[in-house]
Amino acid sequence: MASSVASSAKFVLALIVAACAIFGVGRAIGNSYAFFLGYVVVQYIVLGTAWNILGGYTGYVNFGVTAFFAIGAYSTVALYKLIPAMPLPFMIVIGGAFAALVGLGTGYLTLRLRGVFFSIATLALAVVVQTLITNWDFVGGARGAYVLRPKLAPLMGGEYVQYLFVLMLGLCVIVLATARAIERSSLGYGFAAIRDDEAAAEAAGVPTLKLKLIATTLSGGFMGMAGAPLPYYVTYLDPTSGFNLNYAVNAIAMPLIGGTSSWVGPVLGAVLVGGLQEVLRVTISSAANVLVAGVLMVVFVIAAPRGIVGLFEGKRK
Amino acid sequence: MDASYDLLLNAILSGLLLGGFYAAVSIGVAISFGMLDIVNIAHPAFILLGSYAAFIGNTYFGLDPILAAVIALPFFYALGMAVYQVYYVAFERRDERSLSSAPRNDQSLRGLSFFFGLLFITEVGLVMIFGVDYRLVQASYIGEKYSLGPIQLPYRLLVPFIVSMVTVVGLQLFLSKTFVGRAIQAVAQDQLALRLMAANPVRIKRIAFGLSIATAALGGAILIIIQSVEPSVGREYIGRVFAICVLGGLGSFSGMVIAAMTLGVVETLTSTLFGPSWAPAVSFGVLLITLAVRPSGILGR
Repeated sequence: MASSVASSAKFVLALIVAACAIFGVGRAIGNSYAFFLGYVVVQYIVLGTAWNILGGYTGYVNFGVTAFFAIGAYSTVALYKLIPAMPLPFMIVIGGAFAALVGLGTGYLTLRLRGVFFSIATLALAVVVQTLITNWDFVGGARGAYVLRPKLAPLMGGEYVQYLFVLMLGLCVIVLATARAIERSSLGYGFAAIRDDEAAAEAAGVPTLKLKLIATTLSGGFMGMAGAPLPYYVTYLDPTSGFNLNYAVNAIAMPLIGGTSSWVGPVLGAVLVGGLQEVLRVTISSAANVLVAGVLMVVFVIAAPRGIVGLFEGKRK
Repeated sequence: MDASYDLLLNAILSGLLLGGFYAAVSIGVAISFGMLDIVNIAHPAFILLGSYAAFIGNTYFGLDPILAAVIALPFFYALGMAVYQVYYVAFERRDERSLSSAPRNDQSLRGLSFFFGLLFITEVGLVMIFGVDYRLVQASYIGEKYSLGPIQLPYRLLVPFIVSMVTVVGLQLFLSKTFVGRAIQAVAQDQLALRLMAANPVRIKRIAFGLSIATAALGGAILIIIQSVEPSVGREYIGRVFAICVLGGLGSFSGMVIAAMTLGVVETLTSTLFGPSWAPAVSFGVLLITLAVRPSGILGR
């Protein structure tokens, strides 16, 4: 136990060092485009890892990524209208808490049944949350809402997008550390038992419902946190862009492409697919960049079911 | 007071007609999800392909949208068989090979992701070809109304209703009267027994999935008669279609029709009383309540 704590501590330290290095390189480049691009990739690492905590570890597919993501984003819009001076980190925590609650509620109602019903419910959840937001005038309704992005970053100076990037990096460290800690704890073994044979796990005394609810809550909460800074990033948020299906497809495609069995997969997937998308967006068209994640996802689930990580690990199973 | 009664009566009637249309959209999922246990969440995307097929036939060749859909039927059937073949090779055969009898959660995860990917690719493909403009079809009966006293039934809803009911009854007869039809009903329950009857379960499932996608051609054609269509419209139907299938009890056509009409009426009443922007939320509410209270559906076994 003590060694696992020490290993986790080392891991977190390594992540922080890596995050600082990445930010240092960004500062050295000093180009705001680098930060805008970096933000998107890191955001997808967070989203993909959050999705993977439920999808990859327990095998329950959440298609309602946009619902959780947008709950985070719109809670920031609402807080911005209520208390404009609130620091963004608080908004992130609150947005995450709302999304976690929704995850818990949806899970509680549907997770007693076969996994597909949960998946279908989450698909429908995305539509219903969008309907609610579209009808909620306080956060802009169908017209959308503007959020003023401050010119300068608080505390550290430089452009505000650098601050957003640092926050997202910090979130990324937390999410990756959590995901790795889960993998190495009894929680992770419980999740894996659910994934491999839920009936047998239940029979062996694994509290499956409780574990599934923990996974949906964590996963939903992190997705909400990933969405919370979005209004400051885009400065104008309307339901069509906040609930864009791209977020869901990317969040699902990236872990599946990278590999769902460990925290490395979503990171690999997000960096590769996110980078490729940016290249395509610049060189070909924005439609092509949207398509690539979907096509890659289908190719990988058919041809390489264990993702890139699986390709390197060889045929262990 | 009379006026509001008329309003209510008309809302309920058009809700029933709308429900009839929902039945045509859901019947493909009733086959694939209810009978074959294939969770084809991409079905609404195939419906939209049907809409665009009808749009092409109508706009460029001057065909009636329903006639265009009938012409498209064999192509959709073939498309469905092809999709099933890929699904079978990539997922079901792999499942058969593994030693454990229960399907692993991560296998269903990949199957679901496969269809989710198809849904997304189809939607983006349609955006790239047709753009995000709303598309319409022309037909003599669109815009006309059948009036009977205070009741007004637009043909725009009546024609789809009739097409839908003919489809449902036709498929029900096919499934209960023919050998292949009965084999389709049996395939999810006992593959071994089916083999003993000299029917190849994979072939039966391929036919059934082909049929399920073929219904999407008709469903799509009547969708574009009812409303103008753009590529992301399909997403609204995911919740509806699955809410209807779950509420109806998986695999039961009569339950599905009742569920579709119930949802149609509840949605129409919701739009009439609270405004149309709230209607998409209804299906989710219905789905959640069904899953939480009675997951076997209203006519479930």
